[in-house]
Amino acid sequence: MFSQRKFYTPYTSPTDPCPPIEVKSYETPPQLYLGFQPPCLPQYASAKEALHRGTLWPALYSPYESPYKRGDTGE
Amino acid sequence: MWYYEKKLQYPVRVRECNPRLAKFLIEQYGGADGELAAALRYLNQRYSIPDKVIGLLTDIGTEEFAHLEMIATMVYKLTKDATPEQMKEAGLGAHYVNHDNALFYENASGTPWTASYIQAKGDPIADIYEDIAAEEKARATYQWIINMSDDPELNDGLKYLREREVVHSQRFREAAEILKEERGKKVFF
Amino acid sequence: MNEPLTNAYYELLEEIQAVDFVLCELTLYLDTHPWDNEAVQQFNHHAHQSRQLKKQYEKQYGPLFQYGMSYSGYPWNWKEAPWPWQV
Ligand SMILES: [Fe+2]
Repeated sequence: MFSQRKFYTPYTSPTDPCPPIEVKSYETPPQLYLGFQPPCLPQYASAKEALHRGTLWPALYSPYESPYKRGDTGE
Repeated sequence: MWYYEKKLQYPVRVRECNPRLAKFLIEQYGGADGELAAALRYLNQRYSIPDKVIGLLTDIGTEEFAHLEMIATMVYKLTKDATPEQMKEAGLGAHYVNHDNALFYENASGTPWTASYIQAKGDPIADIYEDIAAEEKARATYQWIINMSDDPELNDGLKYLREREVVHSQRFREAAEILKEERGKKVFF
Repeated sequence: MNEPLTNAYYELLEEIQAVDFVLCELTLYLDTHPWDNEAVQQFNHHAHQSRQLKKQYEKQYGPLFQYGMSYSGYPWNWKEAPWPWQV
């Protein structure tokens, strides 16, 4: 499944002082994959929705939430 | 020339007076990957790049000024009527001594904006790749600010600005393809 | 004290922001896709819509532009608050 977020598990040492974050993540938003935008991509139904999404095209929409509030599990 | 339009690009709201968040946000006002740097970078590169991408640099550069005004609005609302005591508690004591509640082009740690944040190499490929990198860095900065903020209304505006960096990055990637002039052709070496 | 703005103000402003946002997106898109006829049509359609909405806005709340891009009321009302960051 395509995901805009990738996960990795850094090495943790028994001597690390902070409680380890076992799964870390980084963002891989759609502009990394779209290539030269093809014409006639589907658009959001209304101008207001486009405004609030920050883009006219769902293919370029990249949702973001703080990983510390999402409670990542790495799936 | 430019025309000013008496409206924001996006409806900016913040939930409460919170100078601490303003201190973080100022990174996108006067920081290395902030909106001022972005606007000045793109508008300045226009003079030494092939005509076919000047329009894009002009339009993205102009949009960055609209984003600068949004950031200013956020900082303005978060610090409006904050007392010197509240500024001090928020880590803005030194800022207050220098500027009262005025905005200043500085980053989150108080370093003033400098032209050395932006590049103009005069090489079209080098400049466009710098722009792509600048958009990704601005996107990342918005992520880190969202991670620090617990104001849902402010985060709505920040997510909008982050999404705009995604779209700008997309367009600069297309500009790189246009400069390469080999779209749709078979490449032989 | 100034008069507080009504809900109608915020609604009309957001309608303008939405239409102008589509224009902004299409502007950047067309800068790299100048031959997309459908997008040009959509652009012109929204440009017309934006003009209509702004005419209505300016009649009620004063000019959006200066340097002659908007007409002025009497007395000169461009300088009236609120400014965008204040509303
Ligand atoms: Fe940008």
